[in-house]
Amino acid sequence: MKVALLGLGSVGQGIASMVLKKGLGITITGLADSKSGIIDAKGINIEEILVRKRGGNPAGDTSVSAMDVVQNADYDVLVEVTPTNISTGEPARTHITSALRKGRHVVTSNKGPIALHHRELLTLADTHHVSLRYEATVCGAIPIIHILEHGLLGNQVKALHGIMNGTCNFILTRMSEEGLSYEQALAEAREMGYAEADPSYDVKGIDPAIKLVILANAIWNLGVTLHEVEITGIDQITPEALRLAGEDDATIRLIAEAIPARQLLRVSPRILPRSHPLVVKGTLNAVTLETDMAGSLTFIGKGAGSIETASAIIGDILFIREQYDGCS
Amino acid sequence: MVQVSMKLEMKDTPGQLVRALKPISDTGGNIIAVIHQRESLTRAEVIDVQVVIELPEKRLEELVARMNEQGVTVQRIGTERLIHKKSLILIGHIMHTDLTDTVDHIDTTGYAEVSELELIMPAIAEPSSARMMIKATNAEAMNKALEILRQVARKKDILVIESLEENG
Repeated sequence: MKVALLGLGSVGQGIASMVLKKGLGITITGLADSKSGIIDAKGINIEEILVRKRGGNPAGDTSVSAMDVVQNADYDVLVEVTPTNISTGEPARTHITSALRKGRHVVTSNKGPIALHHRELLTLADTHHVSLRYEATVCGAIPIIHILEHGLLGNQVKALHGIMNGTCNFILTRMSEEGLSYEQALAEAREMGYAEADPSYDVKGIDPAIKLVILANAIWNLGVTLHEVEITGIDQITPEALRLAGEDDATIRLIAEAIPARQLLRVSPRILPRSHPLVVKGTLNAVTLETDMAGSLTFIGKGAGSIETASAIIGDILFIREQYDGCS
Repeated sequence: MVQVSMKLEMKDTPGQLVRALKPISDTGGNIIAVIHQRESLTRAEVIDVQVVIELPEKRLEELVARMNEQGVTVQRIGTERLIHKKSLILIGHIMHTDLTDTVDHIDTTGYAEVSELELIMPAIAEPSSARMMIKATNAEAMNKALEILRQVARKKDILVIESLEENG
C-alpha cells in the first residue's frame, strides 16, 4: 500500500514513526511538510526524515511543494494531516479534491474541509470510485465513525451526546477536583501542553461544535454547518458553580449534543450526576449514542495525541486496503 | 397531575391489598410507592398501608369513593401540587440584576415556582453562582418556566446551566 503523507507535525510524525516501527505493509512514497517535499516511488527513508525533522530542518527538498507531491507521487492513498483552517478548509481542501480527481483514496485528520464541505467531498469521492475517510477528525482514538458506519448497521441513531474536547474536560476536571479557578486550571492546561496560547477555539466551544457538525453529517447526512450549532463555552464557569453541583453529587461538563428529531445541535456546559458514564476525567473524550435496537452505548478514549490520532489514520488506511483489492 | 400520599386501612385478608390498589390505575393514577408496615399492627386483622401516587387532580374524590367500595378506609390524604423538580446552576451578577425580579418571573406563572436557592458571592464585582430548584405542575409547565428563565437570564447576562439527564 503506497501512501503520500502531507503534514509532518505531531500527527504526521506519529503516523511516520508507527509505519517505521510496525511496518503494516505501508510504504510512504511521497511526503511534504509546510516548507518542503520528497517523492520516491521506491519508498522514503522515514528514519532519516524523522531525525532531520526533529533537528528543526525541513523534511525534504524545498523546491518540492505539497501540491507537487499530490500531483506527481505514486500513491494509493493520500494522508492529509496538515493544520486545520476552519474558515476556508484550505489548503487541505485543494489537496483532497486533487487526489480524489486523480482517483486516489484520501484519509484525513483535517477538520476544516470535512466540516465545511462534507457532501461535496464525499460526492467527489463517489464519482471517482474511491474512499474518503476521516475517522481522525473526531474524538481521537475512539473509532466512532467505524462504529457508526459498520458496527451499528440496521440501527437508527436517535441522539448523540459527547465530550469532544480534552482541553475543556481537563480544565473542568481540575476545577471540580481541586477547586481551582478557571484561570488557574487554564494556566495548568497550557503548562501541560493541552491548551494553545490562544485557547478560545477550545474554551469557547468551537472545536467540539466542529466535531459535532462532522458527526451529525456522518450519521444523518444533514448537511449542517457550524452556524447551526448553539454554542456556549466554559470560560464563565466558576469554582463555586462546581461546588454547588457537587452538593447534589453532580458535576459540570461541556457536552456536545445532537438530537435530529428536535432539530437540536448544541454545545453547552451541563450538570451531570458524577456517576454518569459521560463524566470522564482529564483529557479523555466520551461519546454516547442512543439507538433503537442497541440501546445506549458509550465509548471512552483518548481524544488527542500523536500516536492516538495515528491509530485512527492507520485504521482508515488499512480499512481501505481491505475494501479495495486492487491496492497492494 | 398531583402527587398524593394516602394512609389506608384495610382487612388483613389474602388479595385485599391488590383489590385496594386496583382503583388507582382505574382512575388514571400511577403508584410511586407502597409502604406496608405489618409490625405496626394496632388491631387484629386490620393493616395500615401508605401509598404515594400520582393522578389527575379531578379524579381524587372518585378514587377515594372506589377505595371505600373495596372496603378500604382512607385515613389521611396529603397532596403536593408541584411535583416536577429541576435543579439548575446560574452564573453571573445574580443579585445586582434584581434577583427578586428573576424569581418573580417564575413564581408569578401560577404553574411553577422557585423552591430553593443557594447563592455564593465570592467577592464584590465577581460573578456569583447559584443553585436553583424549580418546581412545576408537570413537564410541560416546567419547559415553559425554563424558557421564561432562559429569556430573563439572557437579558441579564446570566449563564444558565441545565442538567443533561432531564433534557435527554
